[in-house]
Amino acid sequence: MWLRVSALLLRYLFLYRRSKIRAGEILFWPVMNLILWGFVTAYFKRLVLPEAVVFLLGGLIFWDVLFRSQMAITLSLTEEIWVKNLLNIFLAPIRIVELLLATCLMGVIRAVANVIVLGGVAYLLYAFNLLTIGLALVPFLASLLLFGWALGMCTMALMIRFGQAAEALAWGVPFLVQPVSAVFYPVDVLPGWLQTIAYLLPSTYVFEGMRAVLQTGSIAVSMLLTALALNLVYLALGAAFFGWMLQQARERGYLSRLGMQ
Amino acid sequence: MSVQPIIEVTQLTKRFDAVTAIDHLSFSVMPGEIFGLLGPNGAGKTTAIQLMLGLITPTSGTVCLFGLDIRKHRRAILQRVNFSSAYVALPTNLTAWENLYVFARLYGLRKPRRKITTLLELFEMPHIAHTVTGALSSGQLTRLHLCKAFLNDPEVLFLDEPTASLDPDIAAKVRQTLRQMQRERGITILYTSHNMREIESMCDRVIFLSRGSIVTQGTPQDVMTRAHTASLEDVFIRIARDGRLQDIAEAPEALKEPS
Repeated sequence: MWLRVSALLLRYLFLYRRSKIRAGEILFWPVMNLILWGFVTAYFKRLVLPEAVVFLLGGLIFWDVLFRSQMAITLSLTEEIWVKNLLNIFLAPIRIVELLLATCLMGVIRAVANVIVLGGVAYLLYAFNLLTIGLALVPFLASLLLFGWALGMCTMALMIRFGQAAEALAWGVPFLVQPVSAVFYPVDVLPGWLQTIAYLLPSTYVFEGMRAVLQTGSIAVSMLLTALALNLVYLALGAAFFGWMLQQARERGYLSRLGMQ
Repeated sequence: MSVQPIIEVTQLTKRFDAVTAIDHLSFSVMPGEIFGLLGPNGAGKTTAIQLMLGLITPTSGTVCLFGLDIRKHRRAILQRVNFSSAYVALPTNLTAWENLYVFARLYGLRKPRRKITTLLELFEMPHIAHTVTGALSSGQLTRLHLCKAFLNDPEVLFLDEPTASLDPDIAAKVRQTLRQMQRERGITILYTSHNMREIESMCDRVIFLSRGSIVTQGTPQDVMTRAHTASLEDVFIRIARDGRLQDIAEAPEALKEPS
């Protein structure tokens, strides 16, 4: 029995030895969870509870928009790899921008569906009305969608470069930015150096803006504009990174390997 | 006026780090030909096809289809060609109709219903139109892939082992349909297969690759005559074992015809 158990054990260990990404994943989730909920706890210590619940629910719904937007892009690619359809797609006469646009639109559909469902459930179960955010809801959600697209493009680029070993990134990348995006707590809970990083992310301005609207009823237009400007930068970087990785994949034959593995 | 080649490969080379997958490969395919790209596993057939389709960038050399360089006019070329491989699948959770509908639109067909119906009838499977692709048999899947490959009325068709995993009856039907389509529409077909009897019956001309270079080329009959053998399978085995086509006098005893 031990022989077969050890053989299977070795099979899994060989897998981790072959892929640093998979190996890193073992630590990734627990560490990220610890960081995230640690900050939440720190925030709760300072806050009146009813407000915290409202912010948490708003944060959860808004976070889901970013997450679904990124996931829609990466899962489209993952799905094609799983069903071995990737080469059929890349050998059809489509432009890369068309491929990206289609996946981005899929992100919009998924995100809108999620906002409607989650907003409805939050209203029914917790009497939390997402519409109290008012008209600012539209640019807030649009900003998160755009950032999700940028993250999705970067993830897709890494998956094309590193193949199936990088599939875990499809789920993992949004959680890299979650702790520093101030999703469930304000930015000032973070240490100074992390605040600097946080303010480089458009998502931070959205979550801060959402809390400000829920707390004071006023919209910080400057925050929305900063988020939009940062989004444009990240989208350009994401598209350029994807284009570069695709070129690398064509030169090194990764694309065909990925499509047939 | 002389007829121009529809595919022209010139001094094509592809290196992956220290490995030379394709080594100064040059050949041309004329319109309407069924052209066999042959060789043992690892000879470079798939890499050559992927270079021709612009999926891989060459280290040096050029590939022209319809007189256009694939590196500069990839999208325009892909609109006029199609591809089917035994190693590439269609989404299994979509029905046959949905798959064909999606690809028809990818190839620019705005109203593809009639085209899809015609193709499904041509390949004798209108009854599977609304069956989930994952539930189709290997024979039905192969024919569905061919339906997809004919959606845009391609002028050049790349078929990578189209009859692999098919039973002899279905394989014969697929070959018959392909020949019929080629005759009726004048399509050029670039064909790879490990079934040498199939190649003998299908191809007008062949090239045999080994380690990314051409070992021999010509009509199947020419190749067999030059190798002093009665079948392409013997040629294949000799190339697979030696990496070159040695004279029959030097060939291992096992390969010689019994006297």
